[in-house]
Amino acid sequence: MARIELKNIVKQYGDGFPAVNDVSLDIADGEFVILVGPSGCGKSTLLRMIVGLEDITGGDLMIDGKRVNDLAPRDRDLAMVFQNYALYPHLTVGENIAFPLRLNHSKVPESEIRARVQKASDMLELNEHLDRKPANLSGGQRQRVAMGRAIVRDAKAFLFDEPLSNLDAKLRGQMRTEIARMQRSLATTTIYVTHDQTEAMTLGDRVAVLRKGLLQQVASPRELYEQPVNLFVAGFIGSPPMNFLPARVSGDRMQLPFCEVPRPAQVDGSYEGKLLIVGVRPEHFDDADVTDAPEGAVTFSAGVDVTEWLGNELYAYVPFEAAEETKEQLAELDRELDGESLRSQLVVTLDAMSGVRDGDTANLWFDPQRMHVFDPTTGVNLTRDEDKAKKIGEQSEMLRRRSLERAQGSESKTPAHA
Amino acid sequence: MGALSTKEKTGWYVGALLIVLYAIVPVVYIVSMSFKSEGALAERTFFPTQATWANYTEIFAGNGSDLFLPALRNSIITCLLATLIAVVLSMFCAYAIARLNFPGKRIVLTSALAVAVFPVITMVTPLFNLWRQIGLYDTIPGLIIPYLALTLPISIWTMSAFFRGIPWDMEQAAQVDGATSWQAFRKVIVPLAAPGVFTTAIIAFFIAWNDFVFGISLTSTSAAQPVPAALSSFTGSSYFVQPTGAISAAAVIVTIPVVLLALVFQRRIVAGLTNGAVKG
Repeated sequence: MARIELKNIVKQYGDGFPAVNDVSLDIADGEFVILVGPSGCGKSTLLRMIVGLEDITGGDLMIDGKRVNDLAPRDRDLAMVFQNYALYPHLTVGENIAFPLRLNHSKVPESEIRARVQKASDMLELNEHLDRKPANLSGGQRQRVAMGRAIVRDAKAFLFDEPLSNLDAKLRGQMRTEIARMQRSLATTTIYVTHDQTEAMTLGDRVAVLRKGLLQQVASPRELYEQPVNLFVAGFIGSPPMNFLPARVSGDRMQLPFCEVPRPAQVDGSYEGKLLIVGVRPEHFDDADVTDAPEGAVTFSAGVDVTEWLGNELYAYVPFEAAEETKEQLAELDRELDGESLRSQLVVTLDAMSGVRDGDTANLWFDPQRMHVFDPTTGVNLTRDEDKAKKIGEQSEMLRRRSLERAQGSESKTPAHA
Repeated sequence: MGALSTKEKTGWYVGALLIVLYAIVPVVYIVSMSFKSEGALAERTFFPTQATWANYTEIFAGNGSDLFLPALRNSIITCLLATLIAVVLSMFCAYAIARLNFPGKRIVLTSALAVAVFPVITMVTPLFNLWRQIGLYDTIPGLIIPYLALTLPISIWTMSAFFRGIPWDMEQAAQVDGATSWQAFRKVIVPLAAPGVFTTAIIAFFIAWNDFVFGISLTSTSAAQPVPAALSSFTGSSYFVQPTGAISAAAVIVTIPVVLLALVFQRRIVAGLTNGAVKG
């Protein structure tokens, strides 16, 4: 149980390249924080600095108010689950879990070790595997052993370094839920690194988005989704990703590739005649032939190139010609997000009932209230509503506390079981 | 590789057979000679017409035993000690090379390689003079030290390849779990590196066991003379008779541990050697 504070943390490598640059983050006791970003953004480096496997070049790392920059990993009392699990192949599952306790065996008596290993294995349903070697386990079982080794110690915090990236899709979903459940019932401060935005959104109380070593935004998943601070966060969060369209401001209207929308109040007159980037999420579009467009919605028709029917919904791809000025910027953004889009296209998520098929001309609508407008040079979200963002933040914090209390309450009533 | 055609298969078998024959014929010939009686040695037959244990009784109980038994003892003591020291030293050295970044790391590796390819015979004369002056001549330590020069380089190379193969995460996990560097090394790295240590020990033992040059040059009496050197000072029953039978019998005896080790641990040795070849 601990509060972890990062104050202006910097990691600079020998060649002067800052892998992590001036990151400040205050993680409350019992909070589940996700570090997320595309590959090379410095998220793993940051985690390894917290646990003590990387030196901190600058700034302060505080655990429970104590500066721990110069402490060795073993003195920080943090538990970590590695990406490849790093199980000890020569030890059985039970001994793997007991390993941290055995290291200071003079302090922990044998009976206590056995009881704690038993408790951890009950929780993770590893009882029948305790005498097996890690080599004979499946990926998901190894993952659970690694978690067992982390929880057996009552460490101050859990650190996860992309723990699910070696599992296949189905197992990943199950283990994700398992981690969330475990964290809630133990209420241990947790920092979790991932590049997968689904994991980030589903697990985190708060999510810290990193880009090239710089912290972009720290907020609840809902705030990231609804009020992203900039183009990068908007493009990173959400699947399929947000559509970015070039928009020319003229008077109180903005000219988009397919339609015209009213100019939001936050975009002032100084942008007159300039090209901006408008972001609309795929799921905010709808088929006008299936659902009626509400008041204020903008309806337009566009030629659909390809459709993908998924059962519960339908993705339709609408190609468009992007303006030269924004093309470069968007291509750059896409590369940063580990993507490789070959053409500019609009992705819309439609109702599965929609009859739109390849080659059709679809009638689509969206609510301009829900679109975001970005400045193409700075990437700043001009339409971000600070008040709303604050409200979302407060609400998420309240929900977090409530669910934590609930989990604690049910924990004390029923014996620990996963 | 796909399935081989019959023609290719036959080709491979014939090739393999030739190589095996090339390697095994001298060994079989020595074994057969060790069973021939003194008079039969000149016979032009490959196998003895009348097999006899006379040569073996000669070296274990007869005239040759004064020479052979102490030599056998010397060989075992020298080689085991040299192997032990080489493995322990190279273990620490290789661990440092695989895990730490320190100035001169490359120099250690390249000089180890340089020592390994250095012609042994050039070291003998200076060592002979030096050993005689400082009193190491004809002593067991006087043999162990040059054996270390032979075994350490290859031990360091094989072992550092093994250490490099152990994921670093394993050690970092141990440190995060609360282990000191020494605990992480002892409880995690050493057990994982055990096959590597074993392979290295076997290879080092072979090298020391097979040495002749140092054995013959740096010793003179049964105080320290190892078997290969002792064999060369065997004498026949009279001045005119060559001690071929006794030498063959002794050669067979000293080959037995090597063959046994190789047979029992062949999988490990091959793994160890290729390990070194690919990653070292």
